Amino acid sequence: MLELASISKSFGGLKVLDHVSLKVPQGAIFGLIGPNGAGKTTVFNLITGLIPPTSGTITFDGTDLAGLAPHRITRLGIARTFQNIRIFNEMSLLENVLVGRHRHINYGVAEMLFSLPRYRAQEEAARARALELLGWVGLAGKAGEIADTLSYGEQRRLEIARALATEPRLLLLDEPVAGMNPAEKTELMSAVRAINARGYTIFLIEHDMRFVMGLCERVAVLNFGRIITCDKPEAVRNNHDVIEAYLGRDDEADTRETA
Amino acid sequence: MDAFLLWFDEFWAVYSNLILTLGINALLALSIWLTLACGLLALANAAFMGIGAYAGALATMNYDSPFALSLVVAMAAPSLVALAIGVPVLRLGGVYLAMATLGFGEVVRVVILNTESITGGALGLNGIPQQTQWWHVALALAIVVFMLARLHRSKTGRAFEAIKVDETAAGLMGIDLRAHKLLAFVLGAAIAGLAGALNAHLTFFIGPQEYGFDRGVEILTMAILGGIGSLIGPVIGAFFLTLLPELLRGLADFRLIVNGLILVSVVLFLPNGLWDPARIRNWFGARR
Amino acid sequence: MLAQQLVNALSLGSVYALFALGFTLIFGVLGVINLAHGAVFMVGAYAALQAVVLAGLPIWAALIVAFLVSGLFGLVIDILVLSPLRKRHAPHLIPMIATIGVAIVLNSAVQGIFGADNLRFPPGVVPDEAIEAGGLHITAVEIGIILLTFAIMVLLLLGLRRTSIGKALRAVAESPKAAALLGIDVEGLLRKTSFLAAALGGAAGVMISLYSNAVYPLMGQPMLHKGIAVIILGGMGDIRGALIGGLFLGFAEVFAVAYIGSTMRDAVAFGLLFLILLVRPTGLFGKASERKA
Repeated sequence: MLELASISKSFGGLKVLDHVSLKVPQGAIFGLIGPNGAGKTTVFNLITGLIPPTSGTITFDGTDLAGLAPHRITRLGIARTFQNIRIFNEMSLLENVLVGRHRHINYGVAEMLFSLPRYRAQEEAARARALELLGWVGLAGKAGEIADTLSYGEQRRLEIARALATEPRLLLLDEPVAGMNPAEKTELMSAVRAINARGYTIFLIEHDMRFVMGLCERVAVLNFGRIITCDKPEAVRNNHDVIEAYLGRDDEADTRETA
Repeated sequence: MDAFLLWFDEFWAVYSNLILTLGINALLALSIWLTLACGLLALANAAFMGIGAYAGALATMNYDSPFALSLVVAMAAPSLVALAIGVPVLRLGGVYLAMATLGFGEVVRVVILNTESITGGALGLNGIPQQTQWWHVALALAIVVFMLARLHRSKTGRAFEAIKVDETAAGLMGIDLRAHKLLAFVLGAAIAGLAGALNAHLTFFIGPQEYGFDRGVEILTMAILGGIGSLIGPVIGAFFLTLLPELLRGLADFRLIVNGLILVSVVLFLPNGLWDPARIRNWFGARR
Repeated sequence: MLAQQLVNALSLGSVYALFALGFTLIFGVLGVINLAHGAVFMVGAYAALQAVVLAGLPIWAALIVAFLVSGLFGLVIDILVLSPLRKRHAPHLIPMIATIGVAIVLNSAVQGIFGADNLRFPPGVVPDEAIEAGGLHITAVEIGIILLTFAIMVLLLLGLRRTSIGKALRAVAESPKAAALLGIDVEGLLRKTSFLAAALGGAAGVMISLYSNAVYPLMGQPMLHKGIAVIILGGMGDIRGALIGGLFLGFAEVFAVAYIGSTMRDAVAFGLLFLILLVRPTGLFGKASERKA
C-alpha cells in the first residue's frame, strides 16, 4: 500500500535517513522502532509531505507522493498524529474532529449563507460522524468540552479521532502511547486493534516495546538512519543487530529528533 | 413629537458624519479581522481601502456609473490586487508578513501620488458626488456582519481557525492552506474596498495620505483593541477608537496624550481586547 | 556630477541606516515592530536642541545627551510596556499596537511642550565650512553623518562578534528559550537592547535634524516609513542589512531624483521595494530563516 524506495534525507550535512526502503502492506498494523534520534519521525514527515526527501521515492497505492503538498497527501488517504500533540487547543473536541471532516463537507456559498437544507444536512452528517469517531476512542461523552482541558492521554486519543475524520486508508501514529499510564496503554491497544479491524491500515512509531510487539504484525527497526531489519515481532526481538542497537545505544542523539 | 424631530434634525446635522464614520470604521475593522482570524498578520487593509476609494470614485466621476456599480468596482479592484500580491506575500509568516504588507501599503500610496493624470496625485480627487446615505452604510455593515457570522460558523471558518492555531496540523487535515489564506486576504480586501468607496462618496474629497501607514495601523488597532475572538470585538473596537477623540474633546490639548495612554492601557490590561466573553462571564460570577 | 550624487547618496543613506539600525535591532532581537522608534528619534533631536539652546553645550556633547535621553526613553518604554507584554507572551502585533500608543503620547506631549512649529539649531552649532574639491561639495554635517554611521556600525558589529554581551545577544535573537537555558539573563539583555536601539535612534534624530535643519514633533513618522523599507530591502532583523538597505535606499532616492525626476523619488525606492517583496519577500540580503511564531 505504502512503499518507500531508497529514501535518503540530509539536514545540512547530517544524513538522517540513508536509503530507507519499507513496504507497509494493506490492512496491516506495521511498526517502526529504533533508538531516539534514529530518524523515525522524519520518516513520517517525509510521507506526509512536510519535508521533501533528498532522494528516493514514496508511493501510495501506486501514486508518487513527490512534490505533493501535505493537504493533497491527506486527501489521497493518509492521516497522522504527532509525537508532540498538536490539537486545536481552544476548540471543543467536536470542532477538532469537524476540522478533520473539512474535505467531506460539501456545500456552496449560497447554501452556507442562508442555511439551506443541503448545508444543514451536510453539517449534521459531519457532526454525527465526528461523534461516532470520538466514540471509537472513548471520548464521545466529552464532545462539547474544550480540548485544552483534556488529560495528556485523552489529547492523544482526540488526535487519533481527528486524523480518522479525514477518512484515511492509512493511519500514521507517532508514539501514540507516550506519556500514558499502563491502563491507558492497554485501552489504546484495543482501540487501535478495533480501528484496524474496521479496515484501516496502521503504521506506528513507538518506544514502548510491549505495545509494539503486542500489536504489530511486522516491525521494522531503524538505527542511525538505516533499516537494520524488518520482520515478525518475535524474529525482531531475537535479532542480534537489534539487540546491539538498543544496548549499544548512544544517548547523545536523544534530542536530535523533533517533529 | 415635533420637538423630538427638531432635536433629531439638529443632532443629525452635527453628528451624521461621525455616525457614518462609525459604520465605515467597523467595516474596516472587520476587514482585517478576517485575516487575523486566519492567523495572518497582514496590514494592507488601508491600501485596499484606498484602492477601493479611488476605483469607486473614479467610476462615479469619470464614467457616471450608478452608485451600486461603483461599489462593486470598489470591491473588485482591491480583490484583484490582493489576489496578485497574495500569492508571493502570503508565503511569509508572522511579523515578516506584517512588515511586507506595510511596505506594500507605502507602494500603493506612492503609486497614487505618481499617477497624477488619473488620481490627481498629491492633490487628491475633489468633488466626488456625496451619494452615501446612512442606510447604505447600515446595510453594508449588516450584510458584512451577517456573511462573516455565517462564514465563521461554516467549515471555512473552522478551517481559518485551525490555520490560526496550527498551520501544519491544519494542512494535514486536508485543508488547502494557500487557498484559504488567499481567500481571507481577498475577502478582507473586498470589504476594505467597500468601506473605502462608501467613505469616498461621503467625504467629497480623497487624497493619498488618507490611506497610508497611519490608517493601516489604525485599522489594526481597532480590531485588536476590540478583541478578535469574535465578530463583535472589531465592531466595538472601531466604535471605541472613533468615539474616543470625541469624548476626550473637553481635555483640549491633552486629548491625544490621554488617547495614547488609554490605548497602551487597554493593550496592557485587557489581553483579549475590550470584548472578551470569558472575562465578561467571570464578572457575573458564572462559570463555564 | 556623478561624484557629487554619490556623496549625497552616501550621507542620506547613512542617516537611513542609522535610523534603521535601532529599528532592526528591536525587530531582530525582541521580535517587535517598534512604531515608537520614530518618536524616540524625535525625542533625541529635541534633547540635543535643548542641550544646545538652554545649556549652551557644543554639538558633540549635545549628541551624547540625545543618545542618553533617547536611550532612557527606550528603557522606560521597555520596562513599562514591552516587558509586561513579553511576560504574558502576547502575540506579535500586540506590542506593536502598544508602541503606537507610546508614539502618540510622546508626539503629542512634545507638541504640547514645544509647539508644533519647526525649530532649528542656532547657526554656528556645526561648522559651516564645506570641503570643495574638484567640484565636489561636502558639508561638515555630511562628513559627520557618514563617519558616525560607519563608526557606530563597526563598533556594533565588533561588539556583537567579540564581546560576551554580543554573543549572548545573538543567542537571544536566535532563540530566547535556549538562551535562558544557557543561563543568559535574557530579560536584562532585552532591556539593554531597548536602551541601545533607542539611543541609536536618538543619535539618528540629531543627525537628520542637523542635515535638514528642522526639528518638529512629527519628524519621526516619515522616517518610520523609510525604516520599514530599509528593513525589507536589507533583510529583516539583520544588522548589516540595515546598513546595506539604508545605503541602498539613499542611493535609489538620490539617483532617481537626479536622473528621472524629483517626483519619482519615492516611486523608485518603493517600486524596488515592491519588486523585492514579490521576488524575495525576506529581503535582498536576508536569510530565508524565519522567527518562529
